[in-house]
Amino acid sequence: MFDLVSFIPRAIIQGMPLLFGCTGETISEKAGSLNLGIPGVMYVGAMCGVIGAFFYEHSHQGTDLNPFLAIMIPFLSCLIGSLLMGLLFAVLTVTLRANQNVVGLAMTTFGVGFGNFFGGSLMKLTGSSVPSIALSKTSIIFSKSLPFANDMGWFGKIFLSYGFMTYLAIVIAIITAYILKRTRVGLHLRAVGENPATADAAGIDVNKYKYFAICIGCMIAGLGGLFYVMDYASGVWSNDAFGDRGWLAIALVIFTLWKPNIAIFGSILFGGLYILHLFIPGAGMAVKELYKMLPYVVTILVLIITSMRRKREHQPPESLGLPYFREDR
Amino acid sequence: MSKQIKEPFLHITKRKEMPARRAWAIRISAIVAALIVCAIVTTLTTGLDPIAVYSAMIDGAVGSSRKVLVLFKELAFLLCISLALTPAFKMKFWNLGGEGQVLIGAWATSVVMIYLGGVLPNGLLILVMLIAAIGAGAVWAMIPAFFKAKWGTNETLFTLMMNYVAIQLVAYFIILWENPKGSGHVGIINQSGREGWLPYIGTNSYLFIIIFVAIITIGMHVYLKYSKHGYEISVVGESQRTANYVGIKVDRVIIRTLLLSGAICGFTGWMMVSGTDHTITTSLAGGRGFLGIMVSWLAQFNSIAMVFAALLLVFLEQGAGEISTSCGLNQSFGDILTGIILFFIIGCEFFINYIVHVRKSSGKEEA
Repeated sequence: MFDLVSFIPRAIIQGMPLLFGCTGETISEKAGSLNLGIPGVMYVGAMCGVIGAFFYEHSHQGTDLNPFLAIMIPFLSCLIGSLLMGLLFAVLTVTLRANQNVVGLAMTTFGVGFGNFFGGSLMKLTGSSVPSIALSKTSIIFSKSLPFANDMGWFGKIFLSYGFMTYLAIVIAIITAYILKRTRVGLHLRAVGENPATADAAGIDVNKYKYFAICIGCMIAGLGGLFYVMDYASGVWSNDAFGDRGWLAIALVIFTLWKPNIAIFGSILFGGLYILHLFIPGAGMAVKELYKMLPYVVTILVLIITSMRRKREHQPPESLGLPYFREDR
Repeated sequence: MSKQIKEPFLHITKRKEMPARRAWAIRISAIVAALIVCAIVTTLTTGLDPIAVYSAMIDGAVGSSRKVLVLFKELAFLLCISLALTPAFKMKFWNLGGEGQVLIGAWATSVVMIYLGGVLPNGLLILVMLIAAIGAGAVWAMIPAFFKAKWGTNETLFTLMMNYVAIQLVAYFIILWENPKGSGHVGIINQSGREGWLPYIGTNSYLFIIIFVAIITIGMHVYLKYSKHGYEISVVGESQRTANYVGIKVDRVIIRTLLLSGAICGFTGWMMVSGTDHTITTSLAGGRGFLGIMVSWLAQFNSIAMVFAALLLVFLEQGAGEISTSCGLNQSFGDILTGIILFFIIGCEFFINYIVHVRKSSGKEEA
């Protein structure tokens, strides 16, 4: 019997890092910047949060943590780390006009290296005696759910059993969808991504929009990394455990056709596909790997079908990945 | 230039053509600047003095004849993948699928090696492995190329996704082939009889690999520079409309070029399994598919310059590996250094391609 009540919460928890990454990447892509550095940004975001929490937890050994500080310190360090990565991407691609794909891949190399390096060396560098990074106290605060969730049966389990960052992810996705679709800022942002020359002629500051879109996008994506460590992994950092979720987030952007509100369901679906093998009775170890292929295959199919049907509203932003130089026209 | 009230403070124009010597001077100074930043980062994180760190790095990369050989083997692999990706890039086709194409080539090699090992004579077996690997890599690259040529499907994202399909496929077969069962590893394939292993020269077969890649380097240089195909690739890369106008069949050029690109990636996979590793893991390509893109880009698609770009990155990686072990740090330290150097080199291209004018002193360069 397929146990839906325990399947859905696990799918949601798997999906939320993807949702953060996907929302961030969507904002960036809507402004015409294909940021392939997102996997690196998520690593950096996670690691900066871990470093912040590590120092806070270790300065308060034995005593109880102040819940507000325990959340705000990792949160802010994560945002600052991802913001710096975003600025790096923006300076190189917008101001210095370097190729987006090359910069993005370099950022991924750097970011994954950054995460794994500090993940493996933080204890040694700080001379602390603990064998591995386990921030269980911080994690408990991060994943605290509403107190009455357990009393409400299956309803509580499916809808209320999560830490605050799950709801934050969904709220950010909804707000982003609203801003992109219904506000003037969103309209300008999409104009920059579709045709920067026209946007420029209409008096929109193309570079300013690109900078903001890239930086905000990276900060949101970085939170996905933080969510993964603090909530999903219960505060335990292990190298490469985050895996290919960053690329999966980029796949999700295509799968949801650049719409963050659809991405809420898309991320849960992807999360579900990722863990489906655990719930299929009789699926062996080997077949489990084939199930993990599903999100990518589905994304490829979406990519092919949308390009064949050529429906205007389903296409990638027109100038995605292309640089814009006013002087080139 | 007439003075206007609202002249912007900085004003950027495109440079015509910078003399090659000055362009290289800028690139080299960028690398030097990057190395200084790397030294500062290293000192801050490890507390060692930078000169000691760099001498440890040089020692780690070329300290013994064994290390030099390993350096050249790593160089050969990275260079081979970079060369494979280059014709596609020159055509402005973003083949981010090198990782997957290498892996699928390695997978095809392993299939033949496991199921036909001992059945065929060794020479024939190696040949069948080679053909299977090249074929598999070519098909893996051709799938996105076909859709790009026919319907304009975004190839950047398509090739990227193909990597993970390949990784999961290989993960599936690794568990099927597990040896010993439950270990999650394939183990050394055909360890006792060495069926399908490239012959050894001395204690390994690195020399074969280095020779193969040297031939491919020269071949690719000639192909891109002097052949009709190479010319067609650069026309399609400059402008698809022009290519159409002069009667080049763009879709055919795209598919043909990607077949070549994938075939060389598959060949790399064959070298890795048959020549060095004699086993298969999902991280066999180890990010070289992405690093190869950087190499190709840094060398501006010039096959000979690629040798030096790849050497720089491999040198750093091997050297950083030495620091990591001697200081008890994590292996990923090399990735951080590589990242910093890449950012500097990517950034410096701006000063080669553009001139920055500052207001009130028009014409003065800031580069």
